[in-house]
Amino acid sequence: MNNKKIIFPLMLLVVWQVCSFAGILPHSKIPSPLEIIIALNELMLTGLPAGSSLITHGLYSLLRVICGFLLAGVIAIPCGIIIGWSKILREVCTPVIEIIRPIPPLAWIPLAILWFGIGLKSASFIIFLGCFFPILLSTISGVLAVDSILIDAARTLGAKEKDIFIKILIPGATPSIYTGVRIGMGIGWMTLVAAEFTGVKSGYGLGYMIMIARDIQRPDLVIAGMVTIGLVGYMLDTVLRVMEARSLRWRET
Amino acid sequence: MGLEINKLNKTFYNADDHTTIVALQDVSLRVDNGEFVSIIGPSGCGKTTILRIISGLEIPTAGDLYIHEKQAEPWNHVGFVFQEYALFPWRTVSENIQFGLEMKGLTKSEKKLRSNDYIHRFGLHGFEDTYPNELSGGMRQRVAIARTLVNDPSIILMDEPFGALDSQTRGQMQKFLLDIWRQSNKTILFVTHNIDEAVFLSQKVIGISKRPGSVQLSLNIDLPYPRDVTSDEFNRYRKEIIDFLNKQNIEQNG
Ligand SMILES: Nc1ncnc2c1ncn2[C@@H]1O[C@H](COP(=O)(O)OP(=O)(O)OP(=O)(O)O)[C@@H](O)[C@H]1O
Ligand SMILES: [Mg+2]
Repeated sequence: MNNKKIIFPLMLLVVWQVCSFAGILPHSKIPSPLEIIIALNELMLTGLPAGSSLITHGLYSLLRVICGFLLAGVIAIPCGIIIGWSKILREVCTPVIEIIRPIPPLAWIPLAILWFGIGLKSASFIIFLGCFFPILLSTISGVLAVDSILIDAARTLGAKEKDIFIKILIPGATPSIYTGVRIGMGIGWMTLVAAEFTGVKSGYGLGYMIMIARDIQRPDLVIAGMVTIGLVGYMLDTVLRVMEARSLRWRET
Repeated sequence: MGLEINKLNKTFYNADDHTTIVALQDVSLRVDNGEFVSIIGPSGCGKTTILRIISGLEIPTAGDLYIHEKQAEPWNHVGFVFQEYALFPWRTVSENIQFGLEMKGLTKSEKKLRSNDYIHRFGLHGFEDTYPNELSGGMRQRVAIARTLVNDPSIILMDEPFGALDSQTRGQMQKFLLDIWRQSNKTILFVTHNIDEAVFLSQKVIGISKRPGSVQLSLNIDLPYPRDVTSDEFNRYRKEIIDFLNKQNIEQNG
């Protein structure tokens, strides 16, 4: 099984490399896999611009994502639980949510810059918007999916409203919250890199680095940056998946 | 005395299509301290509703409820065992059993002491850290009963607790419940669809009519425990209940 996972991507890379070598793919547009590895190495050692290594750019991007993501989680999860619990609040909030939600996070960039200037704050704000709605909506649906018989059982065992929130609704909604958190993290990460392309420039970040590579006409560096974005995104999701599997052990059959 | 309900009425209002359902009409019944009483009746006649009102989960439209002669908060005295077990899937066996103790604010060691006692008595030893979805139906129901009993309620309501079990497990659980009841001298109000179960377990069987539910039969089962299901007396009681249920069905169809 593991073999299958590895063999197909390897074959693609080999075909790609052979095509480049045979001159079928133009080097100036599509660099070969080896050239991309060399570019990655250059980004690590020399950096772009020189002195700002790939690691530094990656850490800046990560910091922005994590700030926005944590803030979104801290606000969206409690709000989602309360909205899921209260029918009245749900009816009041749903139209507002449904109108704000379709606005792409990137459309907030001009406003973010007016409010927070260029820097960590506005980048994190954009990420926050990208993460917030998936987490909020899945928390609400998670609470709605909690079997009411469990709430009844808790009541007959002496649970007060507060206990029902903390000991029934939150754990009951956790599987769904995890789904939202993983979607939110994915959207947040994509949003960030796009945000770094367009507006939120502060000298560091993977998106910023890629724009410089474009300016100096280096597709190998651009693709090396893209590969890094993919790898970091995969890593973030893996961390969340492991956390999910650990805290949802009870769901296994 | 234990539990008394007096002319209980319950009407449900359905907000979607603005209809009302009269679930209970003037239901009165009395269960003495330490008594084992079963409720039997056609599907949808309001058996669950009666238990939910007694436990405080539902508010009656009219009528009175007395628990130990007081119109008191039921939580402290009444335990509820649900048909669907209603175990918290994210809590292990011992965490499920300790839920009520947690609500009372007991210390960790007290909780452990009391839940361990039930874990041993209920044959759950070795499964303390197991999650409910890894247990068999019979074990789940034992956890659910332990979770209720550990809080020491004086009245236990059981809503078709063995309905989902295969007949062999069901038989074992009935004997198990009788043992607990006879050792603890709790008051039990037990809803069932199963005639044999009602006669095997209870001192009194109450028959509820089809909707709107009202008490139509109150039958004392004067047989010593443990009961012999093949005896003539047992069959006489069975027949009386079957006749009652048939009458309900005829009225329903006619
Ligand atoms: N929350 C509710 N809203 C509206 N109608 C309800 C509600 N709860 C129960 N009912 C109705 O009240 C009647 C009695 O329901 P109840 O669940 O008490 O019956 P039951 O005797 O326990 O039935 P069963 O044997 O199938 O468990 C049914 O017709 C049911 O549809
Ligand atoms: Mg019922």
